[in-house]
Amino acid sequence: MARVMEGELQPAVAPSFDRVIQPSRSWVALNLAELWEYRELLFFLVWRDVKVRYKQTVLGAAWAILQPFFTMVVFSLFFGRLAGLGAQIEGGIPYPVYTFAALVPWTFFAQGLNQAADSLVGSANLIKKVYFPRLVVPLAGVITGGVDLALAFVVLLGMMAFYGIVPSAAVVLLPVFLLLALVTALGVGLWLSAANVMFRDVRYTLSFLVQLWLFATPVAYPSSLLPEPWRTVYGLNPMAGVVEGFRWALLAAPPPGAIIWVSAAAAAAILVSGAYYFRRMERMFADTV
Amino acid sequence: MSDVVISAEGLSKRYRIGGPEGQATYRTLRETLVGLATAPVRRFRAALHGHPEAQSEQDVWALRDVSFEVKRGEVVGVIGRNGAGKSTLLKILSGITEPTQGRARVKGRVGSLLEVGTGFHNELTGRENIYLNGAILGMKKAEIARKFDEIVAFSEVERFLDTPVKHYSSGMYMRLAFAVAAHLDPEILLVDEVLAVGDAAFQKKCLGKMGEVATAGRTIIFVSHNMAAVSALCSRGLLLERGILQQNGRCEEVLAAYTVPQTVLAWRPAPGTDAVAENGPRITGVRVRDVADAATISSDSPVEFCIEYRSSKPLTHTTFAIGLFDELGTEVYFLESDNQPGFPEVLPPVGEVRCTTAPLNLSPGPCRVNVALVQGGVHGAGVVVDKVEGAIVFGIEPVDFFGTGKLPPRRWSLCLLRQTWSLAGRPG
Repeated sequence: MARVMEGELQPAVAPSFDRVIQPSRSWVALNLAELWEYRELLFFLVWRDVKVRYKQTVLGAAWAILQPFFTMVVFSLFFGRLAGLGAQIEGGIPYPVYTFAALVPWTFFAQGLNQAADSLVGSANLIKKVYFPRLVVPLAGVITGGVDLALAFVVLLGMMAFYGIVPSAAVVLLPVFLLLALVTALGVGLWLSAANVMFRDVRYTLSFLVQLWLFATPVAYPSSLLPEPWRTVYGLNPMAGVVEGFRWALLAAPPPGAIIWVSAAAAAAILVSGAYYFRRMERMFADTV
Repeated sequence: MSDVVISAEGLSKRYRIGGPEGQATYRTLRETLVGLATAPVRRFRAALHGHPEAQSEQDVWALRDVSFEVKRGEVVGVIGRNGAGKSTLLKILSGITEPTQGRARVKGRVGSLLEVGTGFHNELTGRENIYLNGAILGMKKAEIARKFDEIVAFSEVERFLDTPVKHYSSGMYMRLAFAVAAHLDPEILLVDEVLAVGDAAFQKKCLGKMGEVATAGRTIIFVSHNMAAVSALCSRGLLLERGILQQNGRCEEVLAAYTVPQTVLAWRPAPGTDAVAENGPRITGVRVRDVADAATISSDSPVEFCIEYRSSKPLTHTTFAIGLFDELGTEVYFLESDNQPGFPEVLPPVGEVRCTTAPLNLSPGPCRVNVALVQGGVHGAGVVVDKVEGAIVFGIEPVDFFGTGKLPPRRWSLCLLRQTWSLAGRPG
């Protein structure tokens, strides 16, 4: 009987609405399925950024190489030679290629941070006029850096050939370290991009943050300068794990050990927390950006 | 009645004031930290004065308790003045922004067209922008490829397909942008004022395309100032006024309720042709009426012009200018707020300025109005920050100006001047 009553009292509204639009509670699900549905938009945004970048700049592809290359030259001169760090490297790997193998993922990370942090504000017009999962925007910013990464990687291979370095069997793990770099850049990028919408001065602290982070990462020096257990703790900076992993995979440097696991866990934590923070802030973007 | 596809229940949207459209503006980290530090003091003060923090005065409700239903295949026109909440309603339905209260339920794939050419990139070619814009509007790559030729044909820019759109004329740009948008094929289409672009012929083509979509059984919600378009396309109308749904019914009835005498609203310049900075001052609406509120404006009517504007911050050193032209483009009058001694030097970020004239003294015929917002100087010295050409065209109705029942032809005397004639030497 109760069922019949219910049926009569129900307003004559369609039973199956696809979407309910209402104020969201403070924490929302990541909704990765929807993100997957918009993968083509992600592709087109990356495609646009790559295209525009190489159309607009005179040097085009050269920028991707020049920046890490000259940093490597400066580091080799001051840290490698004058400060004598070159002698501290285990396994006798030449300092220039040792530091360049770190600068390649580092540049990808730093560039990804820059792109992601500005991405939402830079796409304000899109965000105010069209609906799509906002995660696509910083994600595209980070992925776009992959093209530069590939170019710099070619230079790295050239340097390895020049110094006659043959990678160890660990080279099969290189994609894992690339993924770790991507996860780290995206995780930090999500935090920064969402925060930058709410607080515009985040942008101004970014270059300072990147600079500090560079020296907190074993780019110009080997992490073996630190004694255990501090070296493992160092892995809390996920870029430390990435850099050490790159050297291990490509330059046959000694295996970095536990630092990798610490870095992987830290990177995952940053990404998940960043994604939730982003989703939480997302509902304010269109009104604020 | 299983064919209800949109059901809105008590939709409300609140904005914190302080920006364009009363948007919540971003803050700096510094301000937030200072705010956090001083919050206890403020609360203490508020408690002393016996009232809680008076936040509500800073709030603006862009929408208040709006409820309605839309059935499959209906074409609903949403009308109302600037700031009535029309765009906010579309933004909520398309999921761009969340309602503060209430909820809306939607059945079917929603496509929204709040602006033509969203995401167009100037450096990319027409071909590349078709794909990019299509993807942004929610089309699949395969779908764009399938409709590509149709889009190109509709846009009439075949020859320039591989030219970067920065070299396009604004007309070509808009045509291409609308062509992509017109081929969006969702079950529910939300459209905001996009027909107000391009030349008359292209507008007609766009209206035709919309009509085609409508007869194909799609559900459309259409926001417009173009009453002719609304009455031609829509079967039902919603009238919003200051965020409240005033009318919901058959299109003719709603349009009839919305007849504000002599009110014509100007449209924003189309994107791409719009050099105005995102948050710069903008003219958002212009209207004219007879000062005595007569239904028509006649040759000896004093009139009142109202210019609504909006900016992200208070305006300083600002001059509003109004130019009146005849049908041939001859300048008839130039009015500017600098002619008013004591016109405020600082104006609030959102407001309306009014200009009341003496009797127009113009011969019957059309009169076109251009409006401009100038900053930093007068008589060509300042910078035109925003302008709306042809904001209004109104007709001047004949009246027995001289009390003789006769008027000189317009081409002899654009302006009418009262005069006294007598024979010399025989006064009076």
